[in-house]
Amino acid sequence: MANPGVITAAEAAKRPAGGQMLASIFSKYGIFLIFAVMVVVASLLSPAFLSTINLINVVRQMSVVGLIALGVTGVIVSGGIDLSSGSVVGLSAVVAASLAQSADSSAPFYPGVHLPFIVPFLAACAMGALVGWINGGLVAKTRIPPFIATLGTYTAVRGAAMLYTNGRPISDLTDQYNFVGQGALGSVPVPILILVVMAVVTHILYARTKFGKYVYAIGGNEQAARVSGINTGRFKMLIYIYAGFLAGLAGLVVSARIGSGQPGLGVGYELDAIAAAVIGGTSLSAGGIGTVAGTIVGALIIGVLNNILDLMNVSAYWQQIIKGGIIVGAVILDQLKHRGGK
Amino acid sequence: MENDYLLVMEGISKQFPGVRALNNVELRVRRGTVHALMGENGAGKSTLMKCLIGIYTPDSGTITFKGEKLNITSTHYALSKGISMIHQELSPIPEMTVAENIYLGREPMTPYGLVDMRKMNRMATELLDRLHIKIRPTAKMRDLSIANMQLSEIAKAVSYNSDLIIMDEPTSAITEAEVAVLFDIIKSLTAQGCAVIYITHKMDEVFKITDEVTVFRDGQYVATEATANLTRDMLIEQMVGRTLTQMFHKEKAEMGSVFLDVENLSGKGFRNVSFQVKRGEILGLAGLMGAGRTELMDGVFGVTASYGGAVRINGKPVKVKSPADAIRNGMALLTEDRKLTGLYLNATVRENMFIANINRYLVGPFLRFSKIEKDCEKMRGLMRVKTPSLMQIIKNLSGGNQQKVLIARWLLTEPDLLILDEPTRGIDVGAKSEIYRLMTEFVLSGKAIIMISSELPEVLGMSDRILVMHEGDKVGELSRAEATQEKILQMATGMKIPTSLAA
Ligand SMILES: Nc1ncnc2c1ncn2[C@@H]1O[C@H](COP(=O)(O)OP(=O)(O)OP(=O)(O)O)[C@@H](O)[C@H]1O
Ligand SMILES: [Mg+2]
Repeated sequence: MANPGVITAAEAAKRPAGGQMLASIFSKYGIFLIFAVMVVVASLLSPAFLSTINLINVVRQMSVVGLIALGVTGVIVSGGIDLSSGSVVGLSAVVAASLAQSADSSAPFYPGVHLPFIVPFLAACAMGALVGWINGGLVAKTRIPPFIATLGTYTAVRGAAMLYTNGRPISDLTDQYNFVGQGALGSVPVPILILVVMAVVTHILYARTKFGKYVYAIGGNEQAARVSGINTGRFKMLIYIYAGFLAGLAGLVVSARIGSGQPGLGVGYELDAIAAAVIGGTSLSAGGIGTVAGTIVGALIIGVLNNILDLMNVSAYWQQIIKGGIIVGAVILDQLKHRGGK
Repeated sequence: MENDYLLVMEGISKQFPGVRALNNVELRVRRGTVHALMGENGAGKSTLMKCLIGIYTPDSGTITFKGEKLNITSTHYALSKGISMIHQELSPIPEMTVAENIYLGREPMTPYGLVDMRKMNRMATELLDRLHIKIRPTAKMRDLSIANMQLSEIAKAVSYNSDLIIMDEPTSAITEAEVAVLFDIIKSLTAQGCAVIYITHKMDEVFKITDEVTVFRDGQYVATEATANLTRDMLIEQMVGRTLTQMFHKEKAEMGSVFLDVENLSGKGFRNVSFQVKRGEILGLAGLMGAGRTELMDGVFGVTASYGGAVRINGKPVKVKSPADAIRNGMALLTEDRKLTGLYLNATVRENMFIANINRYLVGPFLRFSKIEKDCEKMRGLMRVKTPSLMQIIKNLSGGNQQKVLIARWLLTEPDLLILDEPTRGIDVGAKSEIYRLMTEFVLSGKAIIMISSELPEVLGMSDRILVMHEGDKVGELSRAEATQEKILQMATGMKIPTSLAA
């Protein structure tokens, strides 16, 4: 016979105490609380902050890094890292722009070639996915550390972007193309719409699909995932491809926003994206932890911070110092959380 | 008769760098039986099982399962053919729920291609209820006790509805109560025609639950016998190649002054506990899983916070706020979970052994490797650690040998009080008796030991005094003379369920 009494006793002993409950609530929602406090403080500091125009501006500015961060979150959750995303922005921007020049361009890249918008759109996404495929292949097949693998592509892909245009920008893009970066539906800018749609899609992908479950499982304990019959290499490949795809899309948005494809676009974005994920609670030290909602809030925190410092005329140098402090602070918070957990 | 065999493994060999883990071994398992696989630490039991479940590929040999020759190349394939396994080293994913862990790799889906969490939780509830395992399927793995983690691993292995379930030391982290649950599960499995390969170092379990026994020694096949034809001593002799005269080597040491005096201490998982340990004494700490024994020692050692009461060492009041305080005061703690809190998995055997003792080997800023080498080599010999060299990475050692290295680590620090939390978990009989001998020598030299153990024979065999806990409270103490298995169990279960464990 089983012994219900005994097991109940065992369970009774591990019921969490009150203090732990608080800690666990904070660890779940802490970042949202911090964000709320920031918004309140920002609106007190500067009356301009809460205006609709300013708020939309904040979100639009963080939308590109936000897009990249969505994918980077998954990669970090799987126990990896992606340093190549900023370079991917540059490459996909020039490739897409070269296929999206208007007929009256003064410096056509492919003279006489005029393609429907779908072609540059797909090209941007495909370029990103291709680099992701290389990243994933290096990580899953050769088993070199993700940091090294993507450091390699970070350098090489930027080089490829430069090579492609010979270092020159590609301008005179079609109106359709520019609409993606500059247009608006109603009063909502298109980049924000793209971010919202992709955030929802990514949330479902990570939280509700098999693919997502396996990404978390691999990050949480790769060996356990493998002995459960999961082809861990394949899902690692896929998460890098997905992250690459999002970075490619981000490249399209940035170039459309400025109306020109430049090989130097996106420099440093990979670090901003990692920062957004980490501030949002994605754990760099322990895999298997991180959410889309957290990452979006993380990106918003960076955005609000930049914005309020701008509004208050804080110098760009100070802004960088403060941002650095916030990133480290977020990771310290993350560590405390895990120490408190057990 | 021949086609009664569900599984036939023949001529299996497996070589690791520097180690011949398996040398032309065989294993034949009949349908509907429980087949024990026995052997010392490092004999190759887990390695053979990993070949069967597709984690390793054998260098040579054949595997015939249900009459079909299989070339098992992945775990996925083995699972699909009807073989599942409970792994020796717990392998849950801490951030996921119990249900997610159980159905990892075969999640139920909604018609829209999403994972059907509702259905998954329902399936897990049904499974756990059917197996009489009282765990919430939505609990996160990291919040479970080790025993409950192990029970959920057991549930997971059963949930594949396999024809063959491999259990690699399934009871090393659980107590009698959960063992009873497991044995019920095994009985109902075999009644349905499922076979079980059962690896354990606990002799009583072999005679209680298994039908046949296969013994390995040093990667070699020794013999297969019906359990009914074996005695305990015969089995031990087959395993270690010699007879063991005395399992518990116990000499009465002279009792000295009180070393540790704990009065009315409370903390997470224990309340108002008072006890003393004298020099020269082994204090046993008995109780069921969740009784608060580990928590109490964590509190005493400063791993977790304790409050109220007083702690005195050598009669002087001390505040132990961290493990560093405890170590400074002459204590050492061998923790319960070697993977989580013990081993530096990617470091060598040598580093793992001397790391807690590093100050003793310093000459200025430099380490004296000659002395380290000598001490570690001595410990390796004493504990019979099976490793090709001290420079082997410790994660390549068998589980029992990893445990031996940890015990060696703490013995090397020469503490005044050694706290051992389940010291012989996963250790073979030969090495066990070796550890008991070392424990006796340790207290004979005027030092003290507190031993938490869920193995009653060990508690009874080694302790001078036994403190019994129940749900965070100290129930009482028993002297060596008056202690019996029955008394301990009665005290450990309290009055609410007096008979459930006595069977
Ligand atoms: N991946 C590996 N690399 C190198 N050596 C290994 C590896 N895995 C196992 N070994 C060695 O193979 C031998 C057999 O190990 P195995 O884990 O099968 O022993 P075991 O019988 O299960 O022992 P235990 O009872 O301690 O669990 C040991 O000497 C071990 O050190
Ligand atoms: Mg083993």
